[in-house]
Amino acid sequence: MQSIPILKMGSFLLVSIQVDMDDRTAMSLQDDLTSAIVKHRAKGVLIDISSLDVVDSFIGRMLANTAAMARILDADTVVVGMQPSVAITLVELGLSLKGVRSALNVERGMELLKSIARDTLAEADQADAGYES
Amino acid sequence: MPVTKAESISVRSAGEVVGVRHLVRKWAVELGLSLVEQTKIVTAASELARNMIDYGGGGTMTAEALDDGIRKGLRLIFEDHGPGIPDLQAALRDGFTTGGGMGLGLGGAKRLSNEFELKSAPGEGTRVTITRWKGAT
Repeated sequence: MQSIPILKMGSFLLVSIQVDMDDRTAMSLQDDLTSAIVKHRAKGVLIDISSLDVVDSFIGRMLANTAAMARILDADTVVVGMQPSVAITLVELGLSLKGVRSALNVERGMELLKSIARDTLAEADQADAGYES
Repeated sequence: MPVTKAESISVRSAGEVVGVRHLVRKWAVELGLSLVEQTKIVTAASELARNMIDYGGGGTMTAEALDDGIRKGLRLIFEDHGPGIPDLQAALRDGFTTGGGMGLGLGGAKRLSNEFELKSAPGEGTRVTITRWKGAT
């Protein structure tokens, strides 16, 4: 079993999956990521899957579950770099990854995470202002 | 259908699903399948290999390279001697699962293949055969 490194960039976590994951590796990545979100108080997680030439229902479910767990821990998840052939296959398989945000590449994914963080802050500020008046 | 090459591998543990994917990818590339065709049959193989482990107690996958002079294809046979499937129609339905999965394995593998055959009887194990032809839609 290989361990997949999780990098911290400001208030975001960055993961680039470079290996064909077996089930145990996928599950431990899910566990490691949720722990890292809490440990680093991360506001967002970016998962780069551009090196994956296959995403089956197990890995797809891991991605969806990770996003759901991150949401409960107050962090947003963006999956980036999915290969077109993988996207075609996933939809035909019946897995649409509802609830998982995606972006074309790492750069756009980071922009998306930053804009979500800004919007959330603005909303919080508005809510605070409303409370005072 | 002339089989030009065949190979069987045993699939006993979840870790071996990666080996199945690699073998199927290698053969799909050798047969000249397009990238999308490769991805579809590798994904289907991954689902069926995991099914064998989760529900059939492990089994074997046999890969066969097919060439009838007109077209080339890849046939994969997944065979286990597990408890078998009592209701084949239900097992093929999306979302149906008796385990902890998503219930996409059999139906998904069928959609990702050009030909699909499921044979099973309670107590006699399960055999799933899928074929992907080069250039077929």
